[in-house]
Amino acid sequence: MLIFEHSRPGRCNYSQSPTAETRTSNIPQNLMRKKPPMLPEVSEMDAVRHYTRLSQKNFSIDTEFYPLGSCTMKYNPRACNSLAMLPQFLSRHPLAPEDTGQGYLACMYELQEILKDVTGMKSVSLTPMAGAQGELIGVAMIRAYHESRGDRARTEIIIPDAAHGTNPATAVMCGYKVVEISTDKEGDVDMDALKAAVGPQTAGLMLTNPSTLGVFEKNIVEMSRLVHEAGGLLYYDGANLNAILGKVKPGDMGFDVIHMNLHKTFSTPHGGGGPGSAPVGVADRLLPFIPVPVVTIDKGIYRWVTEKEIPQSIGRFSAHMGNSGVLLRAYIYSRLLGAEGMHRIAEFATLNANYLMKELSKAGFEIAYPNRRASHEFIVTLKDLKEKTGITAMDVAKRLIDKGFHAPTTYFPLLVPECLLIEPAETESKETLDSFVLSMKEILEEAYTDPEMLKTAPHTTSLQRLDDVKAARELDLTWKQ
Amino acid sequence: MPYIPHTKEDVTAMLASIGANSIEDLFDEIPPDLKNGKLKEVPSGLNEMEISRLMSERAETDGHYLSFIGAGAYEHHIPAAVWQITTRGEFYSSYTPYQAEASQGTLQLLYEYQTMMASLTGMDVSNASMYDGASALAEAVLMAVRSHKSSRRVLMPSTIHPVYRKVVSAIVKNQNIEIIEIPYCTECGHILLESLAPFVGQDIAALVIPQPNFFGVLEQVDALTDWAHTNNALAIGVVNPLALAMLTPPGEWGSKGADIAVGEGQPLGIPLSSGGPYFGFMACKQRLVRQIPGRIIGRTTDLNGKPGFVLTLQAREQHIRRSKATSNICTNQGLMVTAATIYMALVGPEGLRRIAEKSHANTMILLEQLEAIKGVKRTFSGSMFYEAAITLPMPVENVLQKLKVQKILGGLDLKEYYPELGQTILVCATETKIPADLVKFTECLNHVLSE
Repeated sequence: MLIFEHSRPGRCNYSQSPTAETRTSNIPQNLMRKKPPMLPEVSEMDAVRHYTRLSQKNFSIDTEFYPLGSCTMKYNPRACNSLAMLPQFLSRHPLAPEDTGQGYLACMYELQEILKDVTGMKSVSLTPMAGAQGELIGVAMIRAYHESRGDRARTEIIIPDAAHGTNPATAVMCGYKVVEISTDKEGDVDMDALKAAVGPQTAGLMLTNPSTLGVFEKNIVEMSRLVHEAGGLLYYDGANLNAILGKVKPGDMGFDVIHMNLHKTFSTPHGGGGPGSAPVGVADRLLPFIPVPVVTIDKGIYRWVTEKEIPQSIGRFSAHMGNSGVLLRAYIYSRLLGAEGMHRIAEFATLNANYLMKELSKAGFEIAYPNRRASHEFIVTLKDLKEKTGITAMDVAKRLIDKGFHAPTTYFPLLVPECLLIEPAETESKETLDSFVLSMKEILEEAYTDPEMLKTAPHTTSLQRLDDVKAARELDLTWKQ
Repeated sequence: MPYIPHTKEDVTAMLASIGANSIEDLFDEIPPDLKNGKLKEVPSGLNEMEISRLMSERAETDGHYLSFIGAGAYEHHIPAAVWQITTRGEFYSSYTPYQAEASQGTLQLLYEYQTMMASLTGMDVSNASMYDGASALAEAVLMAVRSHKSSRRVLMPSTIHPVYRKVVSAIVKNQNIEIIEIPYCTECGHILLESLAPFVGQDIAALVIPQPNFFGVLEQVDALTDWAHTNNALAIGVVNPLALAMLTPPGEWGSKGADIAVGEGQPLGIPLSSGGPYFGFMACKQRLVRQIPGRIIGRTTDLNGKPGFVLTLQAREQHIRRSKATSNICTNQGLMVTAATIYMALVGPEGLRRIAEKSHANTMILLEQLEAIKGVKRTFSGSMFYEAAITLPMPVENVLQKLKVQKILGGLDLKEYYPELGQTILVCATETKIPADLVKFTECLNHVLSE
């Protein structure tokens, strides 16, 4: 039932609105709304019940294991939320003077310093509001760099075929042509393809390392040399930073610009699809182009650095300072971890992934890159299973929901057929991984004994499999009375 | 102190299964000279009690002020239920609803949100939200250019939030789009139809129309929308969603209505929080639905014919279309929209109208009180919603400093954004202000000015 179906004309929550205004307004009649908007007219209790019930129809980290590859679904510590929601932080206006926000700005400044250190970059801007915006900002800086040198012949961005879809979409938004390069048998970027693609027309290479295939690009130093020698710059997509946090710094691999998804590595909530936050870090060459605002400290006072001090800055990308409440949560998380905790994240995420990969392999699942170490994630391919039984990766994913697990990432990366990209974050225990393996074994058996059970899964949720095709053909995007 | 549950026995058993001697062995594919040493700038870890103390101290440092700043972010009462429900783990820690059967809560909520926003803006459809108001406007500009086909020029009034204009140029810069600024009438504080005259007969993709504008002044939206359509351009409305409880929605502007409506969703139950996270909204006419960026939820049925919800029209999006997508945008501001939807359900149409009317009335009362001070006058003659530009008889900076000592944030100095408005502040009084607050502000300002 929709909230609108609970609605009754004239029902009103008087405790949630000021007393009616008797004063007349000077707003001209033609600018005044004639008919009230169709918003629900429900009691406070109706609304509370309705949305509490809706919440119960969701899977979440607080209730289920999410082995979602490239999404880093780790526990979101409750302290990060409650401390970021202290009343003084919540009530502070973004345009309030800097001296009324020294506590908040201190957190932002220290977060910048922490992120600089763990990534090995020279400067960090906290402004990007999501991974894709971090990418847009990063590639825009690459473009500004080339243009500032009068180098206008660079029209292409090189992107591996395993990359997230946001990479090519971003390059196009920055006015670049995308050159896709292939992956070799071992899951690394095909070095011959890279050599053939690199040239005086190359503006840069966008790379995720470890890649979305769950392996560390072994040739990264050579790749970096090739691109730099051709005059291009290296972009690091930080989607998989969790795998190397505190172990390897992207700056040391030769990257010129990086974005970090705080909603992954730094445990800020996914919130059912945002808000994200994706600070960008830059190496020396891109320092003059960094987006504003950035926080600095002068004689013990924190303040904003604006366009005036960074005249070549590529500008502003949010009305204020990005998703500052998300940044506060990431700051709190990073202080909880501390220097001695950062590398443990990468270590236990990697331990979990390699253990789960081994156990699934023992259980009879085909691993896409069996000769490689898993980074923090790995791929199972069900190509063989599909040929034998007709069961697809989607069927297995949906059946996992019945077993109380969120599905892994399916059909991404696109180059591995019938793939499940599996990432067990460091906050998951061995018992959870073992019970996941047990369920996967049961599902594998069912594929042969009871395939219909998989094809019609899930069965335990309030709804069974939903019709995507109908949704797109018979568009119903708003409720009508 | 990371949140890691492994016991020593677990680690031993897991390494044995893998066939590795140590955790470090698992990193043997990484070239050894790439591995970093100790982190120098990261302090050592704190426990929850220690970080709580640190954060409470920092929050105390920031304190509380009686604030009259608006300028795109507004202080409104937020019902207690909004964030208590929004931060339930099932909303807070859930993933993007790609697995529809495991995400019906978020999906249905977003469908309800789309319905509410479409109705509030008077448009046919709404997406599931954008990052913020500024980036939503940039995406609207890109969308207008995509659907217009022949023109890449967009008319942008200087009464649009100055930072929004910066964000738009930063985002569309590399796509060969020309943003042409339209000056405002310095007497009335809004755009005049005459200033569009030079563009009659030219190929223009869109005209952006704010309501209310950055100065809080109301634009002649009907005439501007009709001007756009007569000149074969799209009309993009930039609106305050709360104000729409009182004001004509963009879908009803002029004879045909605006084509796209965007804005900042913060007034709908989102705390100020130093600027974010907020959410941008975007709604449009049905014929533009395939050009809209971002996530969209559709109603469909399951195998048994029961109604349910899924992400739809995904063929527009980057994870499917890659380099040919309508935008690179991937995420929306799910949790913020969760709060906004609960907020709108709790206040309802009557509550929202009262909040808008009270805010408008408070600002008008404040304006009258301030105008009674010698040398203080309203800057613009145009009618206002819940913000007002006020010209002071002396430089603003010093005045605001002195008010701050009294724990009052007396508005925004407009000099930085509009150099021609040398001694002007932009003030705002929402429904959260009681008569005593308005009197206190007036008396303090009077005192400061007569010193």
